[in-house]
Amino acid sequence: MKVLLSWLREFAPVSGDPSEIGEQLSGLGLAVEEISAIGGGLDGIVVARVLELRPHPDADRIQLVDVDAGDGEVLQICCGAFNMSAGDLVPLATLGTTMPDGMEIARRKMRGQWSNGMLCSPEEIGLGEGQDGILLLGSELEVGAPLVEALELQPDILYDLEVNPNRPDAMSVAGVARDLAARQGVPFVLPDPRPAEVGESAGGRLTVEVLDPVLCGRFVARVLDQITIGPSPNWLVNRLTALGMRPINNVVDVSNYVMLELGQPSHTYDLDAVVGSKLRVRRAVDDETIETLDGVDRTLGSTDGVIADGDNQAIGIAGIMGGASTEVSESTTSVALEMAWWDPQSISTSSRRLGLRSEASARFERGADPEVADLAMRRFAELLVGAGATLAPGVVDVRGSVPNRLPVRVRTARVNDLLGTALSRDEMAALLGPIGFISEPAGGDHSSADLDVVVPSFRPDSAAEIDVVEEVARMHGYGHISRTVPSSTITGSLTSYQKDRRLVRDTMVGHGLDEVMPVPFLAPGDLERAGLPADGITVANPLVAEESVMRASLRPGILKTLAYNASHRLKGLGVFEIGHVYRWPSTEQPLPDEREHLAVGLGGRDATGAVAVWSALADALDCRGYDLVADFPAGLHPSRTARLEVDGVAVGYVGEVDPGVLEAYGIGERVGWLEVNLQALLALPHGGRPYHQVSRYPSSDIDLAFEVDEGTPASAVRACLVAAAGGLLVDLSLFDVFRGAPVADGRRSLAFTLRFQAEDRTLTDSEVAEVRTACIAAVEGALPATLRG
Amino acid sequence: MTLDLDQHLIDATNAVAAVGDLDGLQRIEGELLGKSSVVNEARRSLGELEQEARKQAGRRLNEVRTELEKLLAERRVVLEAAERAAVLEAERLDLTEFDRGQRLGHRHVVTQTWERLEDIFVGMGFTVAEGPEIEDEWHNFGALNFPPDHPARDMYDTLYVDYGEPGSTLLRTHTSPVQIRVMESGEPPIYSIMPGRVFRSDTADATHMPVFHQIEGLVVDRRITFGDMAGTMDAFTKAYFGRDFASRLRPSYFPFTEPSAEFDILRDDGSWLELAGCGMVHPNVLEAGGLDPEIWSGFAFGFGLDRLALMRHGIDDLRELFRNDHRFLSQF
Repeated sequence: MKVLLSWLREFAPVSGDPSEIGEQLSGLGLAVEEISAIGGGLDGIVVARVLELRPHPDADRIQLVDVDAGDGEVLQICCGAFNMSAGDLVPLATLGTTMPDGMEIARRKMRGQWSNGMLCSPEEIGLGEGQDGILLLGSELEVGAPLVEALELQPDILYDLEVNPNRPDAMSVAGVARDLAARQGVPFVLPDPRPAEVGESAGGRLTVEVLDPVLCGRFVARVLDQITIGPSPNWLVNRLTALGMRPINNVVDVSNYVMLELGQPSHTYDLDAVVGSKLRVRRAVDDETIETLDGVDRTLGSTDGVIADGDNQAIGIAGIMGGASTEVSESTTSVALEMAWWDPQSISTSSRRLGLRSEASARFERGADPEVADLAMRRFAELLVGAGATLAPGVVDVRGSVPNRLPVRVRTARVNDLLGTALSRDEMAALLGPIGFISEPAGGDHSSADLDVVVPSFRPDSAAEIDVVEEVARMHGYGHISRTVPSSTITGSLTSYQKDRRLVRDTMVGHGLDEVMPVPFLAPGDLERAGLPADGITVANPLVAEESVMRASLRPGILKTLAYNASHRLKGLGVFEIGHVYRWPSTEQPLPDEREHLAVGLGGRDATGAVAVWSALADALDCRGYDLVADFPAGLHPSRTARLEVDGVAVGYVGEVDPGVLEAYGIGERVGWLEVNLQALLALPHGGRPYHQVSRYPSSDIDLAFEVDEGTPASAVRACLVAAAGGLLVDLSLFDVFRGAPVADGRRSLAFTLRFQAEDRTLTDSEVAEVRTACIAAVEGALPATLRG
Repeated sequence: MTLDLDQHLIDATNAVAAVGDLDGLQRIEGELLGKSSVVNEARRSLGELEQEARKQAGRRLNEVRTELEKLLAERRVVLEAAERAAVLEAERLDLTEFDRGQRLGHRHVVTQTWERLEDIFVGMGFTVAEGPEIEDEWHNFGALNFPPDHPARDMYDTLYVDYGEPGSTLLRTHTSPVQIRVMESGEPPIYSIMPGRVFRSDTADATHMPVFHQIEGLVVDRRITFGDMAGTMDAFTKAYFGRDFASRLRPSYFPFTEPSAEFDILRDDGSWLELAGCGMVHPNVLEAGGLDPEIWSGFAFGFGLDRLALMRHGIDDLRELFRNDHRFLSQF
């Protein structure tokens, strides 16, 4: 919402310099996004007539424009806009002009052609934003006149405010003025225009029927005659333009002006075009159609409201946009003026469904003031009477149901408890009064500590005690509430999961791996390319296809990251990610199966590197009793991948990415791979190992080398040895793997060192020999393995 | 006793000094102290002397022997040191050959900010809670006091997923649903922060991403006030930035808090920086979380985590955080 300082001052004698007022507005919750001085600094800009347009011989994007700046001389201007024709009047910044943004206009060559000034867009001279092209001026202006005089521009201050959805009242100049006046402690007064009423009463010329009183809480209609469609006066055009609305004609402009000023949208019908002189408010029926003012044919549904005529034909979409059939035109002489109150929910639903937004719907869906129509009607008429129109007596006022607004009981103690203030009942009442919240002691009992507050009709957001608490805080000033720090009554900490996750991350970083953060969106096909099932949960309304699938695995993101870096000649990178993956649950449940995974991609390294990362991770977490079980999940290297099992629970895979997948992702190096369901892993027992005293007795080492079938994993031999060695085994390591003669083809030699130690004695040679024999027997008995001599 | 022991000592001193290695020293030691050494020969001939002369000569012999031992020991220390030095010199390495950039990995800059924030709030007595990124409509909107079709929902461009009934399941637009989950999971007092990943239907540009991170805070206890909220925001700012800032709260609107505020801090250039949104937890939200607003009150706050990361490092484009370029990641 934009407001002009001069306009605010029509309602309240606010004072202060522009930035001070800006701070006050922000402090009221009307955040000032921009303050600009307009209507000034335009010296040197004059009205000029376009004489001739010619292409620039050496440039496509600029043209040559000959203009007359009032002295009959032909001035050549280079101009980048193409929206004007010969004969148009345009603003010309003459040589020597300093533009509002500080730019100096000098005679200069553009691509070899002289430019003797600059034609101005509305934005360049502070007369509206976002409008392309040069400002086209009314043909009645005097060529050569200073623009400020020709347009009757006044220097003014424009505030661009961010209005929150709970403040529909501040979507009007008057509403902003009310807040500001309260802050400054100056009176706020609404105008009370009383335009003369002449002619035949509206009551006999127009009937209104509200068939859906929920949709339409109030429908007020009046009639204006002697309408002459024409341009609006300069001062009105200037204000509309400043607030970002394009002037159309006097009727439309007044409608917009009143909406901006008082917050009440209106609609005008060409009275003669309304069949049966009847306006019926009802819900649309499915597939009912209407051509709206913007010339678009729209298909309606039963959630939309319409205004229909005597033939029950829809001639407007309630609260959103009028229809083309009754549009006010050059031939219009009498208009029916509608000012209604529409159910916010209905307008919001309808506006979303139709994908149609208007200044009116923005106000109705936030909740307009159901009581301002009478004043707004008179203001509308007053403004149009100046253009020769007349206001017919009589008001057609049909009320539906507007939410019932009971006084709100506000407990003084409650307010102070929530705010940390020590306000008295009467201090609160005094804060609330100026913004229209009228209060009296609760139940009319002057000894009561509390208040009954009547919330004004223009504040539909305010309906409960807590809403009034906010108003008290706002008017008291947030800055005046003293700041305290609550003493937390609990001990701050991370959960054990969160601590473990940090440990996991530190372990990865300690391994030289960089943490990456790919977006969790995938493109269709990303999962399949990574060898994964194509059943990712899809986004219902993605902006782009590349972001239409939620990742079911971290693998595509890591592979894309490696591919991206490789394309920038950054190879051999080790990266990891900890993030959520989303999967279809195996049984029906309210939300998808979402869990946190760890994934590691080791560019340029093979499966052995990945196993090293896993063992470091297992060590860091003190995760015992795991096994690597050869497996061949799709997308990973079929002969170089193992399933990670911890206490018999599968928690992930370690190995290498399938070369076919790497090719599909455009990665030209091996990628060692580790993926772990972190939530599953960390839920399993780990850490917390009980203390064992270090034995004070000497230990004995033996080496055992077995010739083992290739199909038998080293871990199986290890498991046999552990089981057979019993409690005396304190360390076991695989120190050599050997293939080739004299070891038979298809077998290899695995050499282990075993260290034995007792806690309570020095082991004898015979004890060690006994365990050694048992170990050999166990391995040879259980596995296709033989001890090497 | 014709032997001139003084001369012998002088000769021995010269001989020991002339020895260049430990083997030579060993040899000389035999010559000076061995069976047929001068001192041992002299000792054997002591018996020929009178008692008094024998006593004197014996003492003198002991002195000489001690002197010789000292000479040898001192020379041994020198030679041993020289020998060790030679061995060590032979092992000389140019260490700069081996400084080849062995590196640790890097935590992502967002993670670093995330953990820094966690640490600050843990220090202030907060716990850390998390919730699902794919949320139901109730936790993301309904429980947070967003009526269906309410314009306040337009403040969020929501991405929905094809799961359950259409419109029932979405990518959470903020971390606020975790507030409800925390309230559902137990009785107050609650002093929690809720960092996490959130989603909006936004086209990526320098200041927008369809995915970004927020951190939410929730305090619910008896007699928590708006003033407590203001003080907490100040305390956090000081802890995070390491110094005091002038700050202001100005009225704002969030459906799930009332009164609501924006928390701004005053930058060195005199302009205000909008740092966080905050407010007193709306009674409807407490009720949705199963708490009686007449007993419990609280405040919530939330701010953009990525933006704090950008600010700290002077990064001017949000997209860099998610591009995963090694040249970017390895800077932090």
